[in-house]
Amino acid sequence: MSAFLMIFLTAILTENYILCQFLGICPFLGVSKKLDTAVGMSVAVIFVMALATAVTFPINTLLVAKDLAYLQTIVFILVIAALVQFVEIVLKKFIPSLYQALGIYLPLITTNCAVLGVVLLNIQKEYGFGQSMVNSIGAGVGFLVAMVMFAGVRERLEGCDIPKALKGLPITLIAASLVSLSFQGFAGVVQGIFGA
Amino acid sequence: MAEKKSLGKEFSKGLIQENPVLRLVLGTCPTLATSTSLTSAIGMGVAATIVLVCSNVVISLLRKIIPSKIRIPAYIVVIASFVTIVQMLVKAFMPALDSALGVYLPLIVVNCIILGRAEAFAGKNSVPASFLDGLGMGIGFTFALMVMATIRESLGSGTLFDGIGDLTSVFGIAAHGIEIPGLVNNPIGILVAAPGGFLVFGLVMALANKIAEGKGKPKAELKGCGNCPMAKSCSLINTDESCDNKAKEEAKA
Repeated sequence: MSAFLMIFLTAILTENYILCQFLGICPFLGVSKKLDTAVGMSVAVIFVMALATAVTFPINTLLVAKDLAYLQTIVFILVIAALVQFVEIVLKKFIPSLYQALGIYLPLITTNCAVLGVVLLNIQKEYGFGQSMVNSIGAGVGFLVAMVMFAGVRERLEGCDIPKALKGLPITLIAASLVSLSFQGFAGVVQGIFGA
Repeated sequence: MAEKKSLGKEFSKGLIQENPVLRLVLGTCPTLATSTSLTSAIGMGVAATIVLVCSNVVISLLRKIIPSKIRIPAYIVVIASFVTIVQMLVKAFMPALDSALGVYLPLIVVNCIILGRAEAFAGKNSVPASFLDGLGMGIGFTFALMVMATIRESLGSGTLFDGIGDLTSVFGIAAHGIEIPGLVNNPIGILVAAPGGFLVFGLVMALANKIAEGKGKPKAELKGCGNCPMAKSCSLINTDESCDNKAKEEAKA
């Protein structure tokens, strides 16, 4: 149990996908202006990450068994893209309320590097199915934490008087740097808790 | 003559004017992640350029065959194939670079520059123009990565071109990195860590904006998901709630 919790906390805090591994920067900079869009996007990301991992894990086992591991990249991206489309259609038809909340973010996530990244990293770290799922959900929750925190920071930035050249994207990146710096403080915390 | 001139323009626009990283704000993830040293920056830039040029050429060749409704999946298949080829080559001949780039090498598949150029250019233009567009954009990407990496590596680890020998030895050339006296023993380590990536990128972006402003050009902006190459295809998937519309609304508000 504590092994799962360790993976979960590591994915959120010490190896945050956005702030420490630079995966999923586009949505992080693009849709973090408002809190509600940030939350909607993140929930959709958690959902797709968990789903993508659940589907690609058996596929990877099959690829490895057939000695086709080099096809991972091409197969995964197609499976994820098809999966997201399929989920979108199913949600639209059967659970319209959930579609209303998440649907608009789904197509955006297809080519999000965080989703493909988490799937590939699970394999690289040689996680089993349970560990992969925990890591993926942790990565998604970490995405949510970073997005929500950063949406708050950006709302504060709106009214600030900043030099002209820094306005817009540059100051956003510098703010992201400070948020990322604060996450550096978590280094070693998880190992400390579990005494590993 | 006019044809030649415009082809030259397709090549040169990606270098500075429409630099994919600094002007179009595409491919931010690999830019931040692989600019910790000049060697990995060059490796990443060259790998992405090869994929970009090859996929641009193939997509341009197939542009009349691919039905427009399924063009995005078709583009992704072409791009993923070339990424797999590059990945296997790097693994075989430059194992050190493979471990330096890690997961970011297969992630070239989802690099928005490549899908973005396929969607915005190669799907509509002739083969030579697409080839030059890809080459220009790729070199522009490499250039931006190298600018970032020069700052981060020299101040953050006190070296320049550290480990370049792993790249050049494949071609039978011996090369060594440079150690900067004074900095190599007391580097500003935070610059090669994650926060330094964001900080240096922000400052380089500000400088690019300042230069663009001096020349009377609009500065680089990120408008919702307006920069995302998927924005157009999103509006195909669901017309009323596409991110393209959302970006427009956000721009209005």
